Amino acid sequence: MSAFNAIGEQREIDRDEFTPGVEPQPTWCPGCGDFGVLKALKQALPEVGKTPEEVLTVTGIGCSGKLNSYLDTYGFHTIHGRSLPVARAAKLANPELEVIAAGGDGDGYGIGGNHFIHTARENHDMTYIVFNNEIFGLTKGQTSPTSPKGHKSKTQPSGSAKSPLRPLSTSLNAGASYIARTAAVNPNQAKEIIKEAIEHDGFAHIDFLTQCPTWNKDARQYVPYVDVQDSEDYDFDISDRREAAEMMHEAEDVLNEGTVLTGRFYVDEDRPSYTEEKQAVGEMPDQPLAERYFDDDAEWERSYDLLERHT
Amino acid sequence: MSDDELIWRIAGGSGDGIDSTSQNFAKALMRSGLDVFTHRHYPSRIRGGHTYVEIRAAAHEVQSRGDGYNFLLALGDSFARNPQEEAYYGNEELKPLSENLDELREGGVIVYDEGLFDDEDLEEIGLEERAEENDWHVYPVDLRSIAKEHGREVMRNTAGVGVTAALLGMDLGHIEDLMEDAMSGEIFETNLEILHEAHEMVEEEFDLGHDLRIPEGEHETEQALLSGSNAIAYGAIDAGCRFIAGYPMTPWTDVFTILSQNFPDMGGISEQVEDEIAAAALAVGASHAGVKAMSGSSGGGFALMSEPLGLAEMTETPLVLVESMRAGPSTGMPTKPEQSDLEFVLYTSQADSQRVVFAPGNIEEAYEQTRLAFEIAWDYQIPAIIIYDQKLSGENKNVDVEFFDREPAPDLGSTLTEEELKEAAHDASGKFKRFNYEAAEDGVAPRSLPGQKGGRYLATGNEHSPVGHISEDPDNRTFQMERRLEKLEAIRADLDDRESNQTYYGPQKAEYGIITWGSSQGAVAEAIDRLNDDGHSVRGISVSDMMPFPSDELEEFVESVDEAMVVEMNATGQFRGLLQKELGRYGEKLTSLLKFNGNPFEPAEIVEGYEVNVAEEAREPTAQVRIEPAAGD
Repeated sequence: MSAFNAIGEQREIDRDEFTPGVEPQPTWCPGCGDFGVLKALKQALPEVGKTPEEVLTVTGIGCSGKLNSYLDTYGFHTIHGRSLPVARAAKLANPELEVIAAGGDGDGYGIGGNHFIHTARENHDMTYIVFNNEIFGLTKGQTSPTSPKGHKSKTQPSGSAKSPLRPLSTSLNAGASYIARTAAVNPNQAKEIIKEAIEHDGFAHIDFLTQCPTWNKDARQYVPYVDVQDSEDYDFDISDRREAAEMMHEAEDVLNEGTVLTGRFYVDEDRPSYTEEKQAVGEMPDQPLAERYFDDDAEWERSYDLLERHT
Repeated sequence: MSDDELIWRIAGGSGDGIDSTSQNFAKALMRSGLDVFTHRHYPSRIRGGHTYVEIRAAAHEVQSRGDGYNFLLALGDSFARNPQEEAYYGNEELKPLSENLDELREGGVIVYDEGLFDDEDLEEIGLEERAEENDWHVYPVDLRSIAKEHGREVMRNTAGVGVTAALLGMDLGHIEDLMEDAMSGEIFETNLEILHEAHEMVEEEFDLGHDLRIPEGEHETEQALLSGSNAIAYGAIDAGCRFIAGYPMTPWTDVFTILSQNFPDMGGISEQVEDEIAAAALAVGASHAGVKAMSGSSGGGFALMSEPLGLAEMTETPLVLVESMRAGPSTGMPTKPEQSDLEFVLYTSQADSQRVVFAPGNIEEAYEQTRLAFEIAWDYQIPAIIIYDQKLSGENKNVDVEFFDREPAPDLGSTLTEEELKEAAHDASGKFKRFNYEAAEDGVAPRSLPGQKGGRYLATGNEHSPVGHISEDPDNRTFQMERRLEKLEAIRADLDDRESNQTYYGPQKAEYGIITWGSSQGAVAEAIDRLNDDGHSVRGISVSDMMPFPSDELEEFVESVDEAMVVEMNATGQFRGLLQKELGRYGEKLTSLLKFNGNPFEPAEIVEGYEVNVAEEAREPTAQVRIEPAAGD
């Protein structure tokens, strides 16, 4: 693997290449599951042959939003819930970028829920990692869309009357073509899933369980931990929507009962990515649009050419 | 009120093809050498409901819809015959005739679809008495039957155009040509037959008692008939914009549609997305990745864009948004113009946020200022907003084709190449100092694009250090904030060095001033000519730079007159408020003329407003005159 340094010289890269040299040091709490995502990403990116310059990480707001402060790629730290629309457009403008979006469960499933559904539906070629700790962390412990029913917090002191959102099933119904769940407690599985997600041609959604030791003390460290691919108890066809849906429902049903089912739940290799779909209908340029501005020979059509229909 | 102009109004039901018929007729008038200006009035319904389009045509320049009109073609509302519709909306069959009489000028011509109305209906309208009183010339023609005989009742529009041409002594050549361009085969043949039959019928059967004839004119250069939405879309294309994201909302949808239809052929990308927050966020994402991008909406949709707008400002992502105003608050009147989002657009988004805001007043300005908005946004890495309204969006005017004959401007402004990035400052870990306040000129620190070698940095909506790390360091905060604020001053200086975006009317020295902005410009311009012709001493200015504001230019203007009247389409005098804020003590000279009933100004209303407002000696210094709703308005 090789990358370019500040002045464009090529050199060998490893995971350190994705670590900022001086500052800042992560401000996540000790024991926070977010460290697991960062570590897995730093390991996965060089292994899939990406250089820091080729990667654009787009994050929302919350503890998860700080991911790209500690990961040395091109980064865009956006606003609460809006990482996906920003990421989508960056990918359309320059399909050569490796786009990785990240958000939290409040950010991605709550305020950004609409964008999540539509990005999955359109099957944009990108990886979306949702840091799911079932709580609002950075605003200090309010109930989130994935908090279990009955969860007590300062804003829902009598216990939440709402059932938690089912992120995997929602993702499947919305149209994501790669859906997996992993957790910070199993860094090897996390790394492998992230690598697959990056290499997947389409919208790859990873529900990443990240324990919050500060605001969600009741929450487990996501153990006992079962990888549905490794266990003989769970046999299903990963490319079959029905079987995948059943597995997802089971995983979502048992999450708050102590069993943490993780792994790949659905992979559809055949579904074309959004860029390909858009190309097929003739509404996507063949070359990255972003590059045209630096091409002195590019022919730019003018409004003058369109006037005939108005004369 | 000049006699050498035709203002033709075609009235019918929404969905009856009023729009396409009038568009072609306007083009025919333009091709015959006249200047044309169209005004469209329509309800927020798909089918049925009273709608009209006015085409003003003259041998001289026309800048507004004019006052009233002098030719009515009343077609009837074909959708009003649906019994269910009728139960809900009442009988609207008569409206194309009854609703339009108040503004018809003395001596005007009426053609109505005879088959639609019986004697009782006409009595109800009082057509006969009113015609006598106003010297109107009424020609009942059974347009529907003419069309029906040829098997296409829906083509009664064409019969109406044929009758119009005959009554005005107009050659059918241009109309035929345009019909041939728009249709083919049997449809074209049938339309042609209907056109000729209606034309001949008038020539053979009618005794023409009216004086109105088509004015004679000639254009020295080729003309194109363009709407404000066309001009904005074309300005964007020529500025190098190749990415648009949006969500449909009237009237912004027009710009969105025009670009969506043209982009596939020119290698651009259009995205219709889930909501306006996403739309503006996509534009930010595309711009960040290196494409000139835009989004836009109308008031309610623009409200959702305030978040991404602030993000663009903080991350210094260039961006152009367009905001097409309609009457509000909330959903308001979707198809009616107003100039009431000015304060909203100036201050949208939290904190000390800044952006560039241009308010074009006519078709040419819409094109120029859209180009300029892109140039400024990419040079200074700041969001720029084009604020206009439903009136400018939908009105059509002839423009010299050569006006558009200029090169596109596709460069990305203050964006470095990989070669240039090698020379740029980096921190100890090799990160590009993207927000380097020490190296910034005019507050602008050159940027890199994702994917470029040696340009890695973090863009964040949080306050940030020179390489983009989140920072709450007080010194860094102060430097970065001041650097970003400095841009607006630099932009003001930049704009001052160029040709002014403000447009002046009347003599250079005058006793009184009229100040306006946006699409009220045309009516004000005509009113000023009329006032000066009548011996008043009036000069006018139409202001387009809303932020940064041209305070010096306006101070000079207001200082030069005794008093000035501010004309705008809203109920609270928003632009006058801005002027008072910017002009300090000179603000005391200002009065207001406001209209907010959903219809744009006519020049006569401004003349009248001037007479009671500015010329009245016993006037209170803060007087606001409102245009009272006229009957039938």
